Amino acid sequence: MNPSNYIVLSAILFSIGAVGVLVRRNAIVVFMSVELMLNAANLAFVAFANMNGNLDGQTVAFFVMVVAAAEVVVGLAIIVTIFRTRRSASIDEPNLLKY
Amino acid sequence: MIAPLADVAAESSTGEAVVFWVTAILAVAGALGMVLSRKAVHSALWMALTMINLAVMYVANSAPFLGMVQIIVYTGAVMMLFVFVIMVVGVDSSDSLIETIKGQRLAAILLTLVMGGLLVWSVGNALTDSPSVGLTAANSEFGGNVESIANLFFAKYLLVLELTAALLITAAMGAMVLAHRERWAPLLTQRDRSLRRFRDGGHPGNLPNPGVFARHNAVDTPALLPDGGTSDISVPAPVRARGDERPLDRVDIDEVRAISEGENAIVEGDDQ
Repeated sequence: MNPSNYIVLSAILFSIGAVGVLVRRNAIVVFMSVELMLNAANLAFVAFANMNGNLDGQTVAFFVMVVAAAEVVVGLAIIVTIFRTRRSASIDEPNLLKY
Repeated sequence: MIAPLADVAAESSTGEAVVFWVTAILAVAGALGMVLSRKAVHSALWMALTMINLAVMYVANSAPFLGMVQIIVYTGAVMMLFVFVIMVVGVDSSDSLIETIKGQRLAAILLTLVMGGLLVWSVGNALTDSPSVGLTAANSEFGGNVESIANLFFAKYLLVLELTAALLITAAMGAMVLAHRERWAPLLTQRDRSLRRFRDGGHPGNLPNPGVFARHNAVDTPALLPDGGTSDISVPAPVRARGDERPLDRVDIDEVRAISEGENAIVEGDDQ
């Protein structure tokens, strides 16, 4: 199997995630889109590791997963905190820093 | 246990092609569903589909350890965390469809299409005739995929691994600090609640049961009072709020009163 197939799929998933981040308004869905982009990058890492016959790519993908897990924990805690004060999970609502 | 699976997938090329096309289509479908579904819960479930398919792809790319980590950490922990937060925030907090910036949606889709096209064209083009070395040699260096990755973790990337531990501890602390809520009032004990219930008046004990009669015994039937009237509080409040309280059926009461007063048991209103 040619590695370019995996890379093209990774690019497609990354683009779909980018659309989700830019278009969706619900903070949780935006977060999930960021996760999708990270997963696409992971897929590229794994495919490149297989292509080069080198396990470093898999190691980096593992570290990406760990960082993504930490990011999800803190991000979701922030979303819950904002929801408690503003009663909304929309990313248009928190505009206190705007003016 | 896992390693032979990866070897088989790496060796048989047609098998890998089938696995790739099935999982690729499912993964893209899951990603599209995640972006397009209106409700956050549906998005989370679509996302889980994408992640499971990516895990299959990792295993097909001779990364069985990463595939398992993907299933356990991502679909198991991260997505369930998402679902829990959706539960806290509210299931039906769906998106508003009004654009706050004019033309933002169209511009975002166009720009992303351009970016995706560039990525696919440039990277895909550059890789079309590059042979895949395969990980069979690298995986078997220390006996298997897990052992070889462990060698990298604990020798080459040891410092990064320890920094990751620090990051995870900091993230856990941060989540606890952010999600913590100060208690402004003292915790009410059972004794406090009991005292307050009597001090505030009202009905301290159980509310009366709904009326159970020969004709109707549902909760919408009010209980009878000794004076022949009905007790409003015997009907559950939601039923009362909807106006579904069953009106009193006077026939039974009149019959019982007639019997108890020693009159003839057959009264007017009996249509037999």
